[in-house]
Amino acid sequence: MAFITANWNPLGEAFYRKIELYEMGWSLRDGLKECLVAAAPYGGPIALLRQPQRPSSSARPQLEIYSSSGANMASFPWKSGPVRQLGWTVCDDLLCIQEDGTVLIYDLFGAFKRHFSMGNEVVQNQVLEAKVFHSPYGTGVAIVTGASRFTLATNIDDLKLRRLPEVPGLQGAPSCWVVLTQDRQTKVLLANGVDLYILDNTSCTPVTPPGLSPQACSIVNMAVSFSYKYLALFTDSGHLWMGSANLKDKLSEVDTKVRTPPKQMVWCRRPKSQQPSVVIMWDRLLLVAGECTDTIQYTLDEESVCVAELDGVRIIGGSRHELLQEVPSACQDIFKIASMAPGALLLEAHKEYEKSSQKADEYLREIKEQSVLGEAVRQCVEAAGYEHEPETQKTLLRAASFGKCFLSNYPPEPFVSMCRDLKVLNSVREYTVGIPLTHTQYKQMTVQVLIDRLVYRKLYPLAIEICRYLKTPEYQGVSRVLKHWACCKVQQKEEPDESIAHAVSVKLGEAAGISYSEIAARAYECGRTELAIKLLEFEPRSGEQVPLLLKMKRSQLALSKAIESGDTDLVYTVVTYLKNEMNRGDFFMTLRNQPVALSLYRQFCKHQEQDTLKDLFNQDDDHQELGNFYVKASYKEKKLEARLSLLQSAVDEYNKAKNEFAAKATEEEKKLLRFQRRLDEEKGEALLGLSLQETLHALLTSNFHKQAEQLYRDFRVPDKRYWWLKLTALAEKDDWEEMEKFAKSKKSPIGYLVCCLYNLYTMLFIQLAT
Amino acid sequence: MSAHLSNGRVNLNILREAARKELREFLDKCAGSKAIVWDEYLTGPFGLIAQYSLLKEHEVEKMFTLKGGRLPAADVKNIIFFVRPRLELMDIIAENVISEDKMHSPRDFHILFVPRRSMLCEQRLKEQGVLGSFINIDEYILDLIPYDGDLLSMESEGAFRECYLESDQTSLYHTAKGLMTLQALYGTIPQIFGKGECARHVANMMLRMKREFAGSQTQILPVFDSLLLLDRNIDLLTPLATQLTYEGLIDEVYGITNGYAKLPPEKFAAQKKQGEVGKDLPTEPKKMQLNSAEELYAEIRDKNFNAIGAALSKKAKIISAAFEERHNAKTVGEIKQFVSQLPHMQAARSSLANHTSIAELIKDITSEKNSLYSFSFHVQLTTLHSSSLPSVLISSEAFFDNLTVEQEFMTGVDTDKVNTYIEDSIAQKDPLIKILRLVCMQSVCNNGLKQKILDYYKREILQTYGYEHMLTLNNLEKTGLLKPQTSTRNNYPTIRKTLKLWMEDANEQNPNDISYVYSGYAPLSIRLTQVLARPGWRSIEEVLKMLPGPHFEERQQLPAGLHKKRQQGENRTTLVFFLGGVTYAEVAALRFLSQMEDGGTEYIIATTKLINGTSWIKSLMDRPEAP
Repeated sequence: MAFITANWNPLGEAFYRKIELYEMGWSLRDGLKECLVAAAPYGGPIALLRQPQRPSSSARPQLEIYSSSGANMASFPWKSGPVRQLGWTVCDDLLCIQEDGTVLIYDLFGAFKRHFSMGNEVVQNQVLEAKVFHSPYGTGVAIVTGASRFTLATNIDDLKLRRLPEVPGLQGAPSCWVVLTQDRQTKVLLANGVDLYILDNTSCTPVTPPGLSPQACSIVNMAVSFSYKYLALFTDSGHLWMGSANLKDKLSEVDTKVRTPPKQMVWCRRPKSQQPSVVIMWDRLLLVAGECTDTIQYTLDEESVCVAELDGVRIIGGSRHELLQEVPSACQDIFKIASMAPGALLLEAHKEYEKSSQKADEYLREIKEQSVLGEAVRQCVEAAGYEHEPETQKTLLRAASFGKCFLSNYPPEPFVSMCRDLKVLNSVREYTVGIPLTHTQYKQMTVQVLIDRLVYRKLYPLAIEICRYLKTPEYQGVSRVLKHWACCKVQQKEEPDESIAHAVSVKLGEAAGISYSEIAARAYECGRTELAIKLLEFEPRSGEQVPLLLKMKRSQLALSKAIESGDTDLVYTVVTYLKNEMNRGDFFMTLRNQPVALSLYRQFCKHQEQDTLKDLFNQDDDHQELGNFYVKASYKEKKLEARLSLLQSAVDEYNKAKNEFAAKATEEEKKLLRFQRRLDEEKGEALLGLSLQETLHALLTSNFHKQAEQLYRDFRVPDKRYWWLKLTALAEKDDWEEMEKFAKSKKSPIGYLVCCLYNLYTMLFIQLAT
Repeated sequence: MSAHLSNGRVNLNILREAARKELREFLDKCAGSKAIVWDEYLTGPFGLIAQYSLLKEHEVEKMFTLKGGRLPAADVKNIIFFVRPRLELMDIIAENVISEDKMHSPRDFHILFVPRRSMLCEQRLKEQGVLGSFINIDEYILDLIPYDGDLLSMESEGAFRECYLESDQTSLYHTAKGLMTLQALYGTIPQIFGKGECARHVANMMLRMKREFAGSQTQILPVFDSLLLLDRNIDLLTPLATQLTYEGLIDEVYGITNGYAKLPPEKFAAQKKQGEVGKDLPTEPKKMQLNSAEELYAEIRDKNFNAIGAALSKKAKIISAAFEERHNAKTVGEIKQFVSQLPHMQAARSSLANHTSIAELIKDITSEKNSLYSFSFHVQLTTLHSSSLPSVLISSEAFFDNLTVEQEFMTGVDTDKVNTYIEDSIAQKDPLIKILRLVCMQSVCNNGLKQKILDYYKREILQTYGYEHMLTLNNLEKTGLLKPQTSTRNNYPTIRKTLKLWMEDANEQNPNDISYVYSGYAPLSIRLTQVLARPGWRSIEEVLKMLPGPHFEERQQLPAGLHKKRQQGENRTTLVFFLGGVTYAEVAALRFLSQMEDGGTEYIIATTKLINGTSWIKSLMDRPEAP
C-alpha cells in the first residue's frame, strides 16, 4: 500500500501511472523486431507476422496469434502473398491485408474464414499502406495504392468499396494519414508535406489546423483519439499540436525537442480526463505530452507497440505488457500523499480499525462531522474499480463496507455490483485467460460482448460460470454459450455423428431457449447432413427446422415438420417448394399422404389455379367435388351451350358420386335453362337466369298460363306453392276473373283461403265501385 | 377513448397499449410524411386499436383504400400498405407499385402485414418483380383485439368457414399465437379445458409454443385461472336462434360491425340542436359506437328486450329527478355542485334519448306487418299449440311466428316433419338466409333430417331461389348444419334434458338463469361453461360424448413462486374462447354468470368473431360470380 503512488508521474495537475499487466508468456528470440504486429483494443489478442530469419526465397514468414498475456493460440507459416497490414475486427477476427489488395480473414485460432478484395485496380498498383478502423458501422479497412488513391470499406461484413477522389499533387504515399468518422461519415485526413487534406466521398478539401507553429515544414505523424474527437499532429520541427478532430479548436502545442519522426503516436485519454495527453514512441523513448508544457519521459529498453484504449494506452514489449493511463480522480483523492479527501480518511479509519486502534474513531468522527461519509464510501467503491491489484481492490472495498455500517440509508447496489464486476474482471484478467480489461472498458463493452469474446476463445466453462454468477437470463447467457459450444463440437471431424448428437443433447437438454437449428445448420455447413438431421430432432420450434430441412433436400420431413408447427404459411412454403421440385404425380402423391397440406393446397388452387384443382379432385376420384367444380365453372360461362355441357359433366360426376339429388337437381336446372331459352326466343321474354319460381311468376304475370301449367307439371312443383304463386301473380295484376276461375276450379290445399280472399276482394271491389 | 377496457376484472387496456406501442414503433421506422393504403377489411379492426389522431401524430397525412391501377397523388415521402397476407392483394399492390410515376420524386414503399407476414405473399411480390421496391416489410401481430372490458375478438370473419368447411387452420394458428401474446402480458394460464377438434388443435399448438419459447417467459403472476376452448360446432344451435337481448337484437336487426352499428337516421333527427331545425332530415345512416364506455348501454345491453322498456323509463325518472335537483340548490355551493355534475347528466340524457330511439326502431322492425300474408299465416298458426310462448312485447306476427317456430324446434316439437311455416315462407320468397336458419335449426334439433324431408326442403329452396344455391346447401351439409339422419336415435332431447337447455319459466325481467337471453332457451355452449365451473364436466360425461370432438384438460407448469394464493371468497377468472364465433346473447349469458352472487367465477370472453345467425350463414354461402 505504501508504494501505491510510487509509479505515479505528475503531468500538470494530473498524474499518470504505468502498471504492469503481464509478464509476457511468449518466448520471442528477437522481441518484436522485424515483426508486423496488430493488437486488438479492449485487451484483445495480438497477431505477429514474423519475417524469416534468413531472407531467402524458400523461407516463409510465420503468423502467430497470442493472447494479451502472450499465450500462444495459433501459429502457422504464411503461404499467401506479401502482407502489408494486420488488424482485428470487433468480433476478434484477424484481417490480413495483402499487397495485391486481397484481405484474408482468420479466426482467433488461425482458421481461415473468407477473403475479399479491395478492388481490381489495386492488383496492379499495389497497396502502399493500409489501416483497419472501427466505427459504429463495424470494422472497416482503408488503403492507399501505388497510384496515390484511397479506397475505403466502412463495414467488411457488408462490403461496399468506395474509391475516394484524387489528392492534388500527391505522389506515392502521403507522409501520414488517419481515418476519421464524423457526422456518420467516414473520411480520410492526410498530410502531404505541410499540407493537410480531408478526403470524403466526393471531394478533397485542403484544411489548416488553427495555430500550428510556423516552423514546421512537414507533418510527419498524426493520431486520432479513440472517440474520433481529438487529433494530434507531429511536425518535423518536433512540435506536437493537439486539437479537435474537426480542426476548429486547438488544445495546446508542445515542443518535444525531438526532431526524429516518431515510430508511433497515440492518444491517451480517459472519460472525464483532467489532462488528456498523447503518447509518442521512438526507438528508446516514450514521451507523454499533455496540455501543459511538462512532459513525462520513460526509457524503453525493448521494441514495443502502443495500443490505444478507451481509458489509456497499452504498451506491449517483447517481455512486458503495461498499461499507461491518467490516474482517475477517485484514486488520486484517496491515495495522493496527505490527501484529506473523505475517501482517504475512511481508508485510514479502516486501517486503524483493523489495528484495533481508537484512532479509527477519530477519523470516522472527522468524516461524520463534515457529513461526507456517503461520499467517502462512494469514493472507495469507485476507486476499487480503477485498481488493478486485487489486494488494493479488497482494501478499498473493505473500507467502503466499514463505512457503510455507519450509514443508515446507503443504497447497496453500487457496492454489490462493483464487487461482482471486479470478480468477473479479475477472472478474465487471469494470466491463462489474458483479457486485461479495465472497469471502464468493461462497462463500455457490456457483459454480452465479454461473453462473446470468451466464447470466441472457446473458454466455455468460464463463460458459463460468469453467466451463472451474474444471473444473466438463461436465454442470453448460459444457453447462448452452450449453443456456441455445440456449434464448435459438431466440427470435430474425428467423432462419430452418434456420439456428438448424444453429447450435445445431454449437455443442452436442460438449458432453455437453445436453437438446435443453428447448431444443425453449422453441422450441415461442415458437410455432416446426417448429424444435422439428428440435431434438428431436438429443435422444439418446427418453424426453425423447416428452412434447413429444405436446404438439405429433406422435403418430406420438412413438410411434416411444417404441419406439426401449425403455421400454415410454413406449410404453403414447403408445398410451393415441393411443387417446383417434384414431378406432378409424385407431388400429388405426397400431398395425398398429408391431408392438412392437401386441403391448404386446394384452397390455394381454388383462388389461383382452377385447373390444378380439377386434377386434384380427379386423382382422388372425388366426384362430388368435381360435380361442384363443374357447377361453379358453369356460372362463369357466358355461352349457354358451353354452360349446358358443363352442367352435363356435373350430372355425370354427381351420378358417379351416387348423389342422386344433386344429379337430378342439375338435370332440372338444364331443363329449366333450355325452357327459358326457348321461350326467350319464341316470345321475346327475358327469362334466362331466373329461378323456377321467378320464371313461373313472370309467365303468370305475362299471361302465359299454359306454359306455366306445363312447367308446374314438369318440375312437379308442390301444389301449395304453385297456388300461392298464382294467387300472388293474379292479385298483383288485378286479374280477378282468372282468380275466380282458379278459386272455383280446383280443390287446392289453400283453396278455401283463395275463396276467402276472392270474396273479400270482390266485396272491396264492389264497395269501391259503388 | 379506452377507459372502459380497464374497468373489468382484467385490465384489457394493457393489451391495447401493447398493440398501440408496436404500431407507433413501426410508423416511426418509416421516417417522414406518410400515406397509408388500407386493405379495406382492416380499417374496422384497427379502429379498435387506434384512432386517426394517433396516426396523425406519426405523420400520416393521407389514407387511401387499396385498389388496382395507379395510386392517388399525395405529396408524401412514404407509402405504407396495411394488408392481410392474401395473394390477390399482392397483385393489386404490385400493380400500384409498377404504375407509380417514375418522373415524380420517388416515394418509399413499405408493407405491414396484419397479422403475420407470409413467405407465400413475399414470393408472389418477387414473381411480380416488385419485392425489391419495399424498404420495410414487416408484420403487425394483431390477433386478439380488445373489444370491450371483458371481450376480445380476432375480428376474423372467415374463421368458421375456414376451419370447418375448408380445413384451413390458419385462424387457429393465429388464435394460438394470440393466446401466447395474452399469456406474455397476463401470465401463464395454469389450466386449459376444451371441447372439440379445433380446441384440441389450439391447445396442442399452445403447449408446443410454450416449449418453443421456454426460457424467455416473463415472470408475471397469472391473471387468468383457467382457459376454456370451445368449438363452435359443438353448439350449432345457439347462433341459429334469434337473440332476444337488447344488444343481440340490435345485432340481429341492424348488425354490429367492429363495435359500431349503423342505424336509420330518421329517429335521431329530433336530437339536433335548435338552430338546425330547418334543415332536411339526415339521410346518412347514424353510426353509433356500442360499448360499455356508455354507462346506460352497459347497464341495459344484456337485458332481455322485454325488460328494456321498464329499464329505460326507470332511468328516465332518475335523470329527470336529477335535473329537478336544481330547484333544491339554494346556496352557491349547492349550485356549483349541481353545475359540476351537469355534463355527466347531459351525457346521460342524450344516451337515454338515443337508446329510446333504438328500442323504438327495433320494436317497429320486429312488428312490421306483412299485410296480406301475415293475415293468412295467422289463420294457420292459430291451430298450433303455443304453450311456451314468451310474453313478447313485440306484437308483430312475422317476428312472433318465426320465434314460435324456433321455440318449437328447440323444445323438440314436430322436428321430424316438414314445417308448414318454412314451407309458406319459401312460397312467399322470404329472405333465403331466414329459410336456411330455420331449416338448419330443424336439422340440428332433430340430429339430422329424414332424407325425404331434407330433399324436399332442398328442392323447394333450389326451385324458388335458384339452382346456384346448391353449392351453399352443399357447404351447410359439409359443416353439419344440415344433414340427413343417419341413425334413428335423436340425441338432442337427451342433451336438452340433461343440460336443461329449455326452461319453461324464464324470467325476463329479473332473470335467475341464463335462459332469459333467448326467452327460454339456455345456450348449450354457456351451459357447458357453467357446468365446468360447478360441479365439473365429470357429471355430464355422457352428454359430452354425444357432442363432436374430444374434451380434455391440460395443466401448464407455472414458474416457482407464481402460484396464486386465493383469498377467501375471491372469484376465479376464466377465459372462454369460442373458436368460430360467439353471439351477443351468449356473451350476455356469460356476463350474467359472472355477476351471480354465488357464482364463484368471472368470465372474460374471447372469440374469432362476434356473429349472429345471419352473418354466420352468410359466411358459409357460395355465390358463383355471374357471367
